[in-house]
Amino acid sequence: MPVRQREKPFGLPRPETPHGEIVVNEERCKGCGFCVEYCPHQVLIVAARYNAKGYHPPEVAKAALCVNCGFCRMICPEFAIYTFEPKTGEKP
Amino acid sequence: MKADPKGVLTGSHYIDGDFACCEGALAAGCRFAAGYPITPSTEVVERFARRAPLIEGALFIQMEDELAASIALQGAVWAGKKAMTVTSGPGFSLMMEHIGLAAMTETPCVFVNVQRGGPSTGLPTLPGQADMMQARWGSHGDYEIIALCPNSPQESFDMTIDAFNLSEQYRVPVMFMMDESVGHMMERVVIPPADRIEITPRRFTKLPPGEYLPFKPGADMVPDMFKAGDGHRLHVTGLTHDFRGYPNMSPETQEQLVHRLVNKIRLNAPKIWRYEEIDVEDADVVVLAYGITSRLAIDAVALARKEGIKVGMLRLIVVWPFPERRIEELAAQGKALVMAELNYGQVFFEVDRCARGKAPVLLAGHGGGAVHRVEDIAEKIVEAYRCRS
Amino acid sequence: MSVLNELEKASLSPSAGETSPESHPMDNFMRMDRMPHIWCPTCGIGVSVNCFAKALEKCQVPLDELAVVSGIGCTGRVAGYVKVDSFHTTHGRAIPFATGLKLGNPKLKVVVFSGDGDLVAIGGNHFLNAARRNIDLTVICINNFNYAMTGGQLAPTTPEGSILTTSPFGSYEEPFNLPFLAESAGAVYVARWTSLHIYNQTNAMVEAIKKPGFTFIEILAPCPTIYERQQKFGDGLDRLRWYCDNSDIRNGASTKDVDIRLNEKIVVGKFVDIERPTYLQSMNAHYTEKLGDRYKPYEG
Repeated sequence: MPVRQREKPFGLPRPETPHGEIVVNEERCKGCGFCVEYCPHQVLIVAARYNAKGYHPPEVAKAALCVNCGFCRMICPEFAIYTFEPKTGEKP
Repeated sequence: MKADPKGVLTGSHYIDGDFACCEGALAAGCRFAAGYPITPSTEVVERFARRAPLIEGALFIQMEDELAASIALQGAVWAGKKAMTVTSGPGFSLMMEHIGLAAMTETPCVFVNVQRGGPSTGLPTLPGQADMMQARWGSHGDYEIIALCPNSPQESFDMTIDAFNLSEQYRVPVMFMMDESVGHMMERVVIPPADRIEITPRRFTKLPPGEYLPFKPGADMVPDMFKAGDGHRLHVTGLTHDFRGYPNMSPETQEQLVHRLVNKIRLNAPKIWRYEEIDVEDADVVVLAYGITSRLAIDAVALARKEGIKVGMLRLIVVWPFPERRIEELAAQGKALVMAELNYGQVFFEVDRCARGKAPVLLAGHGGGAVHRVEDIAEKIVEAYRCRS
Repeated sequence: MSVLNELEKASLSPSAGETSPESHPMDNFMRMDRMPHIWCPTCGIGVSVNCFAKALEKCQVPLDELAVVSGIGCTGRVAGYVKVDSFHTTHGRAIPFATGLKLGNPKLKVVVFSGDGDLVAIGGNHFLNAARRNIDLTVICINNFNYAMTGGQLAPTTPEGSILTTSPFGSYEEPFNLPFLAESAGAVYVARWTSLHIYNQTNAMVEAIKKPGFTFIEILAPCPTIYERQQKFGDGLDRLRWYCDNSDIRNGASTKDVDIRLNEKIVVGKFVDIERPTYLQSMNAHYTEKLGDRYKPYEG
């Protein structure tokens, strides 16, 4: 279900909720779980599969809820995950 | 290239060795000095502190200890300046780790050690020459440095310039080993005009960022240098590193890097050696000395000659790398060797080693605190002469 | 969702690895040919490096004019991974090296990134004197409460009662309160954040980098392999959850009151933000006054 914004009065344009595409470099991931824990919309879950080093990387469970906030990118100590806005290419 | 006239105090001066050393550094283009007060070297930086504000681009900072001083100067070198620090025995001991860092990262810089009586606090205001081995072996690991010994304030001026030039040429820390007597004696020092002083500029790379490898040696085993802020964005580390400067902990990289650091000086040693010979050709005994002791030794030589002994003197100017070949030659010619130094045996062991058992080598040692008595050196010359026959 | 399975290796050239949808925003800033880095899973150092990169972007510091200096230790490895002029110096002496670098070329922006033991134990003297002199440096101290690289020994920042290899029965030493230390020594900007407070950390770094003078940021980071494990606490995620529940943001709090005790709430925030002339400003002003026209202000 998309994140809803409160409608503004007097017909002003409804603010567009940003959306992000998530890119995970699974091989860099060391399974710390920071991104899964701290995503504000719980977009990520810990995958059942392993990467080559034996860690469980994150997996996108609710792609539509990603708002490109970039918290996962900032909190990942391995530089293994980032998001980008598909239309503008912006990476927070 | 010629010296920058802004730092050259052309003229005839009556100053002490410490001041002359500072003037030499300024003439050589040194624009950063970090120091910590320690007798008898303090005057070098006191002079620098007085001169620096009036020379554009020069800065002096008194750091909180010798450890800070010996690494702050390396920071300034990597910012693009020529830099030095000054100290004496106890401070020199503290600086050892950073001398190793300078050798490992190939940072060109000058460490001035105005030697005093040791060990430990020792004799702060009296001469000694007991740091000579420490200059060579003080830091841990395999590395090579260059060490020079002046024997007068004039030489303190001239040879400080040489020290800076050698450090830039070989990208190596150079130890300028004075002693308290030379540091505190006042004599005439003639400083020539700037256009008569040759200085070696730093060999910065001409390659663009991306192509330049900071630790890839040139034909002379010395890599070109860079400085922070030039856009190269390179890494410098004290860990064993490859050509890119990246730490690489493997025996192969150790061999590639450290063997070159050592060979850089060892294989270029014949070009670096410098000594002065007086009456050595026909001599049966040769007195070796450096620094203040050489001024006594020359009198001892004259005294012995009057007694009929054919004596000569070899004054070491560059002590490290040690002039092995010349000592071997002298020993092979059957000349007895007398090492006169203000310690209980340091460079003596090098002389003994290089004589390879072919000639007697005696030590005219003295614990320091005062210079040798001429008679004591003369006595040793006589003894050496007798050993020979 | 798209998943990358191949690491895009950036070459040595600073211009390679330009951001494109396929590349991580950090690819341009890090030496990707040295990845993966040596920090443990759930270690907080990587998080701070992210924040640092973001802060540099926000301040618009040209990366060619930035120099990062670090000492020895886990945090000391940061210098080796960032693609700027970086210097990995000796243990405890990052600050004097950075002092020489900054004074040698005042146009450089010099940031010291080092660990707690490196900066305030062996490097304590240099830390105090550089703060006193107000040398224009930004010092980022990642405090993991122990000497991690060498296996987890007691550090001057270790909370009393902690079990570490050189305090196997629990430490009985009173630790340093780093913000208090920095403030007493004369730092002009002092802040403490944790690995969880990434936006606060980033903004603190922006403020510290922009502010002239000796600016200090302490970042409490989990050390899962050693500190957390020795205290039987869990891993870095457990510690971050703990920070979430137990950190009190008190901007402007008195640094005397922000010491850290085992299992007690911690105070984070921006504690000090004052104005003082920097070392070079004082030097130039003083010499201009004393020497008049004979003195040309030092610019490097």
